[in-house]
Amino acid sequence: MLKPLFRALFANRLFLAGGGIVVLFALLALAAPALSHAHILREPFKQDQKALDTEGMPLGPERGYWLGTDNLGRDVLARVVHGARVSLTVGTAAMVMATVIGVAVGVLAGFYGGKLDLGLMRFTEMMMTIPPILLAIALASLMDGKIIHLHPASVHWHFLDVELRRGMVSLFLVIGFVCWPGMVRVIRAQVLALKEREYVQAARVLGASNLRLIFRHIMPNLLPIVIVTAAMSTANTILLEAGLGYLGIGVPPPAPSWGAMISDGQAYFTLSPHMVIVPGVAICLTVLAFNLLGQGLQDVLDVQQKR
Amino acid sequence: MNLLEVKNLKVHFPVKHGLFSRVKAHVKAVDEVSFTVQPGETLGLVGESGCGKTTLGRAIVKLVEPTAGSILFEGEDIAHLNGSELRLRRRNFQMIFQDPYGSLNPRMTIEQVIGEAIDIHRLAENAEARHKRIVELLQAVGLDAVHAQRYPHEFSGGQRQRIGIARALAVQPKLIVCDEPVSALDVSVQAQIINLLQDLQQQRGIAYLFIAHDLAVVEHISRRVMVMYLGKVVELAEARAIISAPKHPYTQALISAVPVVDPDSKRKRIVLPGDVPSPIAPPAGCPFHPRCPMAQLPRCQAEVPALREVTPGHWAACHFAK
Repeated sequence: MLKPLFRALFANRLFLAGGGIVVLFALLALAAPALSHAHILREPFKQDQKALDTEGMPLGPERGYWLGTDNLGRDVLARVVHGARVSLTVGTAAMVMATVIGVAVGVLAGFYGGKLDLGLMRFTEMMMTIPPILLAIALASLMDGKIIHLHPASVHWHFLDVELRRGMVSLFLVIGFVCWPGMVRVIRAQVLALKEREYVQAARVLGASNLRLIFRHIMPNLLPIVIVTAAMSTANTILLEAGLGYLGIGVPPPAPSWGAMISDGQAYFTLSPHMVIVPGVAICLTVLAFNLLGQGLQDVLDVQQKR
Repeated sequence: MNLLEVKNLKVHFPVKHGLFSRVKAHVKAVDEVSFTVQPGETLGLVGESGCGKTTLGRAIVKLVEPTAGSILFEGEDIAHLNGSELRLRRRNFQMIFQDPYGSLNPRMTIEQVIGEAIDIHRLAENAEARHKRIVELLQAVGLDAVHAQRYPHEFSGGQRQRIGIARALAVQPKLIVCDEPVSALDVSVQAQIINLLQDLQQQRGIAYLFIAHDLAVVEHISRRVMVMYLGKVVELAEARAIISAPKHPYTQALISAVPVVDPDSKRKRIVLPGDVPSPIAPPAGCPFHPRCPMAQLPRCQAEVPALREVTPGHWAACHFAK
């Protein structure tokens, strides 16, 4: 059953282009520490006086720095490759979180309908009226190192302490939390259509429980649209991560993040535009790749007009 | 004892409109319908599109919630049962659907489709018995054991309808509601499926509520036939009686529209004026009176005709039927 699917996928140019770039970036990101260790890539944190010109300005693409250096004399290529680790990890984790919440809410609302649907959808719509970047800023600014004790004060169960700390974990939680409402509508609409299908009705007549209907009949037929929306929403989560990085509330420095690199490079834009262009192109390519991937999957999985 | 006794069944759908989804009106899809089905018999149900016949069938298998009335299955009212109470009893009444392409989950093999019925009601002790049962069912509907591992898209429309029948049979039901089971199939395949349904009825004593809009098909398979118009039963009688001597003017018009093979036939076609009125606001009195060739005005507009036994075993809802 899967073989023709793979054949169709590999015949689809959009999927190949998008998937190719994603795989390339993912491999680079995975290999980045090893590459740095093997001195194929420089260290992303190493500040080098010699990597600045005589006036203390960043170098362009010269002296073995393929993509130039930044204002602190760090190799831009190394930083961009290491930055891919942050972007892809945070983007993917946030996508998974948004998908899980989005699917759960969408399926509950669509399948059960009635008051539950009303409540969940109004809440979702309320979430949607808040601009995601604004909500993300508000949430991210809460991550100020405060420790929340989830255990009663009388006992010392410190494993229950939650430290509100800036980092990849809090970042993907924040992004995942602001991205799920977009998925809910798509999923709910599909569930509404699926539950009226005759095979779902047939299973109901046979005496299938609601859980069986959801997990055996609705979910498997929801998979194509979930895959497509997930691929497309990864473009969003990565863009949001870059946005938060640019605003200075992403992963804390000196960790390399594409958004933060752009904001660092802004002041040097007229003399050393590569500081902005390189991470900018990286963001563009990644977002484009995930969109192409989603588009290709959509074509192949025939999401719109599935029987 | 009656296998199924439906009493004053109503299925009304609210028409919601405007802010806060206020209920504006009701579509009276099924209105005050009563009838019985005996064990092992076939009751045909005909009527044009939108007359409520499908809704009635779906209400009986509890796919839609009845608004009022009772559905006595072997004497027990299932009209307002819910949850696991209802799920246990679902074994007894199954449904065969109209669209053979939409009624099988595209992601399940035939073994999984039929096996699901067995799993839900725990009808097999072990995997071996389960498989044996599935093969038996496939053979009973004229398919083969090798088909078990295939997916629905590998089958033709007629074969899929056979799979749908096997799935319904898997739980050994006493009643099967057949919702236009052959209208989506080629004529040659229609006959095969009808014959299969008749054979299965003889072997297993299953009762059918056979919904169709094709009078010829219904006459062939049914012992008794029920005619619906605008959510109400207008005539109920033996199949032969209803075809040869219909009592209700609506049935007379329906029958006159059936093509006859004899080119010299002198039968006159009764053409009804106008369209079917909206079931949201059905006409007062007899719902058929605006289109009826023999309506007599003050009475038909004022008085709802009751379904009465005109001749023994022949019921019609018309003031003037005799």
